[in-house]
Amino acid sequence: MNSTLHTTVIEVRTSPHLHSPLSVDQIMRNVVYAMLPLCAYAVWTFGISALALLITTTLSCVATEHLTCRLNQKPSTIPDFSVVITGVLLGLTLPPGLPLWMAVVGGMIAVGPGKLFFGGLGFNVFNPALVGRAFLQAAFPIAITAYTPGLTLHRFTEFIPSTLAFPFMKAPPLAEWIANVRIDAFTGATPLMLQKFDHVASDPWAMLMGQRAGSAGEIPTLLILLCGAYLVFRKMMDWRITAAMLAGAAATSAVFHWADPAKYADPFFTLVTGGLMLGAVFMATDPVASPVTPRGMWIYGIVMGVITVLIRCLGGLAEGVMYAILLGNALAPLIDNLTQPRPYGAKKAVAP
Amino acid sequence: MPLADLFTTKRLWRGVHVPEHKETTAGLPIRRMPFPPLLIVPLAQHTGAPAIAIVHEGQEVVRGEPIAKAGGFVSVPMHAPATGRVESIGLAPNARGELTKAIYIKPYPSASQDVLYGAPQDIDRMTPAEIVAAVQATGTVGLGGAAFPTHVKLKIPDGKSIDTVVVNGCECEPYLTTDHRIMVEYPEAVLHGTRVVMRALGVTKAVIGVEDNKPDALAALRKANGTATDIQIQAVAAKYPQGAEKMLVKVLLGREIPSGGLPADVGLAVFNVATLAQIGELLPRSQGLIERVVTVTGPGVSKPGNYLIALGTPLRWALEQAGCTSDANTIILGGPMMGASISSFDVPLTKGVTGVLVLTKAERKGSDHIYPCIHCAACVDVCPLHLNPSRLGMLARKERFEEMELDLHLNDCFECGCCSYVCPSHIPLVQYFRVAQQLNRERKARVSS
Repeated sequence: MNSTLHTTVIEVRTSPHLHSPLSVDQIMRNVVYAMLPLCAYAVWTFGISALALLITTTLSCVATEHLTCRLNQKPSTIPDFSVVITGVLLGLTLPPGLPLWMAVVGGMIAVGPGKLFFGGLGFNVFNPALVGRAFLQAAFPIAITAYTPGLTLHRFTEFIPSTLAFPFMKAPPLAEWIANVRIDAFTGATPLMLQKFDHVASDPWAMLMGQRAGSAGEIPTLLILLCGAYLVFRKMMDWRITAAMLAGAAATSAVFHWADPAKYADPFFTLVTGGLMLGAVFMATDPVASPVTPRGMWIYGIVMGVITVLIRCLGGLAEGVMYAILLGNALAPLIDNLTQPRPYGAKKAVAP
Repeated sequence: MPLADLFTTKRLWRGVHVPEHKETTAGLPIRRMPFPPLLIVPLAQHTGAPAIAIVHEGQEVVRGEPIAKAGGFVSVPMHAPATGRVESIGLAPNARGELTKAIYIKPYPSASQDVLYGAPQDIDRMTPAEIVAAVQATGTVGLGGAAFPTHVKLKIPDGKSIDTVVVNGCECEPYLTTDHRIMVEYPEAVLHGTRVVMRALGVTKAVIGVEDNKPDALAALRKANGTATDIQIQAVAAKYPQGAEKMLVKVLLGREIPSGGLPADVGLAVFNVATLAQIGELLPRSQGLIERVVTVTGPGVSKPGNYLIALGTPLRWALEQAGCTSDANTIILGGPMMGASISSFDVPLTKGVTGVLVLTKAERKGSDHIYPCIHCAACVDVCPLHLNPSRLGMLARKERFEEMELDLHLNDCFECGCCSYVCPSHIPLVQYFRVAQQLNRERKARVSS
């Protein structure tokens, strides 16, 4: 008799006995990796202020989640890496010169009310980073629209003056600083603001390559697309939502542009400006807050794209991506219910 | 793959690509495994009523002789897998861990073990009803794993009509190569068996679906079929779970078996290639099913292969013959996606066992940590039945089992495992669904009693 079987201890498990190599922490880690080139570009363009901003938002988010877990006497959920995404993403959506104390508040709001109040990863209704940003937009409307020029001469040695503003103190005026540092660099106003309020056109190719003002991480449009392509290639991101959102935005702006070319931007300008690309690639695709049905994903993306352009063209704000995605998040459960697939062999789709 | 197949290959759109691991045994010819010292022949090796023993303790039996009769229409007889003596009729564990009635037979080491039992019969002169009875007498059941008595499928339900026979040569489960080897080595038997069931059902058309990862099987069947047009041999792109009946009929013929229905509802009858090969071999000689091909494989065996195993061979014997290594960790009867992991080496290998897979700890790399559902929709995208495993899983966590059944088609799930396979949160979705289905059954039983 073979002695092996006498000593073998076998484990009883349930099928399936194989598993694909993907896991949540691995996906989340790769999303962070995919955002690193954007962080590098932000730091190269805006200098140490952007670096400080990104570090601050990330630390603020991570610390909030860790401390909340500790207070609840539960194991820390930091290892799933999702909170790092929130932190980095929040930093990327803020103007590079935002006072750091505001960034800390934004991070706490993003992870607290935005994520943990709902039950943490998997249960949040809205994209946490956007909840944080929406709060900052409402609380500090001036600071969050104070864009600064990039590629200034001393960006690696000195902070943008507003970065180090004391909490609840008036930030030093930026106009003077901008007037002094403007050497060969683009202006402080974003192309969307220029187009909407001053009717000044910008060169779309420069915007595609990232030569413009804007939030820290939203400007290198082409680079964002490449980073997204990496995630799609690794099967860690759903390209359908991104494609649908971009298509929805392009189509809507084409209609506006056709109606009044002088007042409304053309579709290409719409795609390469503002936070549309960053939003469509990294925020709208947040799986937790988006529908799960294939048809639902397309509808969800299109709705967000359309709302973005409606806000840009008809609203009081120059930019509409943030509110469009938050509205989309709110609609996601409804879209999910209405687009349930018809099961194989069933006569009709599952009732909502 | 021949170039012509590139354009005619049919494909399954949902499902998953699982690493196949078939290369270990795909090229190994079928070899007979020696008889064990003691055979354990359970009376319930098939779906339906157990067979009834017709031998007594101490009786001598001849290889191929009936030892148990069918316990009803949905039941089949058993035949002695070896010439020997009935040691006892007692209990034996099955793959699910239950004890069921079994006949213990001690083979005579010196007997010739030729199958002497049986008589030739001319199938061409038999009526469909006679074929049904003859198939039942062979004890043949679905050898693809379901073990459903084959003759039952040959009796067309009242009010239904069947126009096409579908033959399943997909073998989409990773690691397994039994159907593959049978198609390569016994293509004539497969085709003959197919024509027998076509005759019994009165149909003139059959389609054999073979996954394109088995080009040698496709070639062997095509060569054996020659210019005949009644049987069509169709390549399908390899993807799991294409070998599931519901998937295959959709891929091959575009028909959907209604929820809770049978293939007969859409004019089809579906058989596995190994089943038909056995019918093709056994029926002309009116012999009984006494052995089957089992792939014994996995990183935990040193001599993997496709073994012709006498039914009732204990798992322990099969593992010893195949050289089970000391790092064996999980032993699975069937394939890795739907097979059951067993808890005892004393389980006998029965008519429904397609493979014995021995996995080691190294196979299970990565953590088992269960994260919350992140709604990534991977499960929704792969579910071949277009169910919503994500939502079903959440309802299961909340113990809303009735809602799962009534609103979300829980009972259509055939536990293919695609959702659990892809879930990045490692949520054991299939296990949730099994528990939910079982609890629903128990609740209904309580209500009706």
